[in-house]
Amino acid sequence: MSDQMYREYILDHYKNPRNFGRLEGADISHEENNPLCGDVVGMDIKTRDGVIEDVRFHGRGCAISQASASLLTERLKGMPLDDARKIGKEDVLEELGIEISPARLKCALLSLKVLKVGAYGLNQEDE
Amino acid sequence: MSTLTYDVTAVRRDFPIFETGVAYLDSANTSQRPNQVVAKMEEYFRKYNANVERAAYKLSEQATAEFEAVREKVRQFVNARSTHEIVYSSGTTGGLNLVAYSWGRANIKAGDLMVATVMEHHSNLVPWQLLAQEKGARLEFVDIDENGRLRRDQFAALMAQNPRLVAFTHVSNTLGTINPVKELTAAAHAAGAVVVVDGAQGAPHLGFDVQDADVDFYAFSSHKMCGPTGTGVLYGKRALLEAMPPFLSGGEMISAVRLEGTTFREPPHKFEAGTQAIAEVIGMGAAIDYLQGIGFPAMRAHEDALTDYAYEALSELDGVTVFGPPPGPDKAGVLSFDVKGIHPHDVSTILDRTDVCVRSGHNCTQPLMHRLDVAGTVRASFFVYTERAEIDRLLAGLKEAQRIFA
Repeated sequence: MSDQMYREYILDHYKNPRNFGRLEGADISHEENNPLCGDVVGMDIKTRDGVIEDVRFHGRGCAISQASASLLTERLKGMPLDDARKIGKEDVLEELGIEISPARLKCALLSLKVLKVGAYGLNQEDE
Repeated sequence: MSTLTYDVTAVRRDFPIFETGVAYLDSANTSQRPNQVVAKMEEYFRKYNANVERAAYKLSEQATAEFEAVREKVRQFVNARSTHEIVYSSGTTGGLNLVAYSWGRANIKAGDLMVATVMEHHSNLVPWQLLAQEKGARLEFVDIDENGRLRRDQFAALMAQNPRLVAFTHVSNTLGTINPVKELTAAAHAAGAVVVVDGAQGAPHLGFDVQDADVDFYAFSSHKMCGPTGTGVLYGKRALLEAMPPFLSGGEMISAVRLEGTTFREPPHKFEAGTQAIAEVIGMGAAIDYLQGIGFPAMRAHEDALTDYAYEALSELDGVTVFGPPPGPDKAGVLSFDVKGIHPHDVSTILDRTDVCVRSGHNCTQPLMHRLDVAGTVRASFFVYTERAEIDRLLAGLKEAQRIFA
């Protein structure tokens, strides 16, 4: 049976997450949990001249939430923060490239929520 | 032995949901409903749908008679002294909140000690946290041992500090631990405490005798015992209920209303403001009849045999850790476990492909998850209609999950 959700690269990102860990002296540091399952994803971002210089994520959760976070961090590196703020749900789901059942959408989008809340929080402090 | 005479196939014929082919191992979450319950509710809708107690025509009289007959049925079910002690609630959460808001706000003062346990469902934990914060009271928790049983030494030490309230669950919804309610209650009473027991998982599978255990409050839900959602029962000792102020107020619960003030009816009606879930209460009565018709000892023996079978098979799987006590007299048909390297949600998603339904996540017991140091668990739970083939499908699905994540 071909696997719709647990594709090879999803499992690879789950077992070998990219950019996993913490960043000392991060400009943006934010953590969110999924109240339905208690899963946690946190993200540390370093910026220079409005561009994301480095990013790490931490937490624990299911294959979907962890692979989604891992993929998102890969995408974020070197991206202007303004562009990162524009990343939408569709972008994240497209990047994941798998069919997500309604019950698991929150897992797939948890890391995006962390990015959004974190990035906009920094924005408010700047102003 | 009794499992040989227990005809689970016949029981399953009462539950049309199984015609869908689903393997339903999530009864601790909510149970399935048999035809008898659905038919009884339909009878109300078709033949005597009316509000209760507030109309002078035959239809309403019949609805009222059925509605109140369930109260007597529940009284017998939990062996309460009087129907005055049987309050309809929206469910266990509603019942426990009634105690916290009515009894709790009137009786808990700054500096008072309340005791709960780390194995509590959020519904028997958060109301006490809010009460403690509001009143400046202290809330302490009894820990569990490595087998998922309450630490009796800690319980005794806390009783020595004379708590005002002791709240614990009859059966843990995550660990399946059956707590010694009678013993704990006696110790709490000796310390001068009022005892509140969460019967959500206990009442449906074991039944309960409130006089034998001597608890002060016992709350349970209809929907976990083959009845409909939206209703349940709070048992409370009559003297306590009589002394308690109303919680929700409005219609139905008043004796006389003047612009200068209001007097209230006797319990249980004092605590049943507004139109109750009439069809659901009537359905709950049919659910109690249904379970009593099968018989609690036979049902318990059936669930025990399934628990033995599943516990042994799960323990033999590589990388599977089962939490809670091993099968025995203090274990209900609830098995929570971890599959190494696979998140519970992923396990559940893979099981769902072959229509195996389990709970995954924190089971509304986040403090217990922290205590066990897991993000969540996979939980399989059994009931009157569960058959061995469903457990076999669970085991096959777990092996498939392990293959995918290998």
